[in-house]
Amino acid sequence: MTVYEIHAFKQRTKNVLFQVFALMGLLFAVIVLVLLLINVIKDGAGRISSEFLTSYPSRNPKNAGIIAGLAGTLYMVIITALISIPIGIGAAIYLEEYGKKNRIGKLIEINIANLAGVPSIVYGLLGLGLFVRFFSLERSLIAGALTMSLLIMPTIVIATREAIKAVPGGIREASYAVGATKWQTIWHHLIPISFPSILTGIILAISRAIGETAPLITIGALTYVTFLPSNLKSPFTILPIQIYNWVSRPQAGFHEDAAAGIIVLLVFTLLLNSIAIILRNRFSR
Amino acid sequence: MRFGLTRRYYVYGREKVVQVLLLLCALVSVFTTLGIIIVLLLQTIDFFKEVSLWDFLTDTQWTPLFADKHFGILPLLSGTLLTSTIALAVSVPLGLMIAIYLSEYAAKPVRKAVKPFLEVLAGIPTIVYGYFALVTVTPLLQKLIPSLSGFNALSPGIVMGIMILPLVTSLSEDALRVVPNGLREGGYALGASRLQVSLSIVFPSAFSGIIASVILAFSRAIGETMIVAIAAGQLPNLTANPLNPVSTMTAYIVGVSQGDTPYGTLSYNTIFAVAITLFLFTFLLNIISFRIRKRFLAIGGD
Repeated sequence: MTVYEIHAFKQRTKNVLFQVFALMGLLFAVIVLVLLLINVIKDGAGRISSEFLTSYPSRNPKNAGIIAGLAGTLYMVIITALISIPIGIGAAIYLEEYGKKNRIGKLIEINIANLAGVPSIVYGLLGLGLFVRFFSLERSLIAGALTMSLLIMPTIVIATREAIKAVPGGIREASYAVGATKWQTIWHHLIPISFPSILTGIILAISRAIGETAPLITIGALTYVTFLPSNLKSPFTILPIQIYNWVSRPQAGFHEDAAAGIIVLLVFTLLLNSIAIILRNRFSR
Repeated sequence: MRFGLTRRYYVYGREKVVQVLLLLCALVSVFTTLGIIIVLLLQTIDFFKEVSLWDFLTDTQWTPLFADKHFGILPLLSGTLLTSTIALAVSVPLGLMIAIYLSEYAAKPVRKAVKPFLEVLAGIPTIVYGYFALVTVTPLLQKLIPSLSGFNALSPGIVMGIMILPLVTSLSEDALRVVPNGLREGGYALGASRLQVSLSIVFPSAFSGIIASVILAFSRAIGETMIVAIAAGQLPNLTANPLNPVSTMTAYIVGVSQGDTPYGTLSYNTIFAVAITLFLFTFLLNIISFRIRKRFLAIGGD
């Protein structure tokens, strides 16, 4: 072999080695995910039953169920969506279409980027100080939903802006050319066209709201709830808090309950995530 | 004619109303920030009326709920930095390798398959990762390291690394991808191999973008709550040994929120003092990352 051939061989080997390493890294991540799923299913699948889904928590791990957390999560997510989606989309439209060059626009823009990086537990303390204490909403469903709305708003704003930005400029110009006003252009063209992408962002944000635990612990969502929330001011619990409560107990029986709760939680969040991914793949071309 | 004019006024008025409504939506974000700062500051001021800033920053014990009260943030800070450092030690090398692979090597179908997988990893609720750290990873590690206690910094650190892996990978890949193709072609023209081009040309060109992604990952690790609250032990411990139980700033806040410490007491106000420390830390890191990223992306073009 000539020197050049040896050199080429060395380079090729390194190249292949790097790819092997990178794939092993990926494989490691895959293995962790599989391990996680297998363990949770192994621990919890035996507990999944219609009784588990429809029972209240109990001091006996064998009788405990998740209905309170399930209902609380459902109510909280619906209220959160009703609050955060219109405001989030509105803010995104303002930033993208109106507030582009002025100072306020820039300030708000930087501000939202920063808010997206604020740890969720800090939102919990905001909710505690503002909604629970200052507005005396107590540890209620509405206080939790408002807190969660503020938490997921930046995600919705950022996703919606990306979606609107991706609409070709020609569509705006065509709309203006036939005499439409700015708002008519936005309402009749930009929003419908970017809707699939906006929806993708919203689904991801909602999925996050379902899994968030810390902020609602901070505002004082309960861990032992034996009733369903009846109105906006009802105390409540959510599925992740119920799971956290079970994980924190030493008895193995409660760990099974926790694993079973996790299976239910994962079904929801992974379902939403895959819907989002499918939506995006279908519409992003 | 008249009708047309009225209609024009009507349309104009509606445009204005809509614009104001949209502005109000956007202002919610500003009020959120102000709300965070005001809420945290008010209670923190109460806290510092009774505890000196000097004690807060230098005392080596954190025991606000005990009879012998100490208010030194250092144990919480060390716990936070310890778990976050472990998380970075897992996610940065792994994430960068995967990012380089995806951006420089992988065929399009591979990339298309890997991205959703990473998104699944990112979509798993942190409480699930916490359970995984406590129930699966810790016992597994204890087989390797018998001296590992049931609660420790290592296991949640590793699991947190897995959690932030998608963040590091996707942000770094963005940074690698905006490196202009001309640079790659220049490298190939000189006879460099793909690995040489990736590591000696593309990677250094994207370096500031990669640093930005690492800083952001660090900030995320510092703010992560449930994994450490479940698996790290909630024991404020000034230690650099990952085998010991520790508490982090976030885990402490969760611990007190759950307990029966009455609102408004000095012990309760500690969580606001801790939260403002956390907020300042992550805020600073986010700003730095944002700045670097913005400048970098502006240079990278695209």
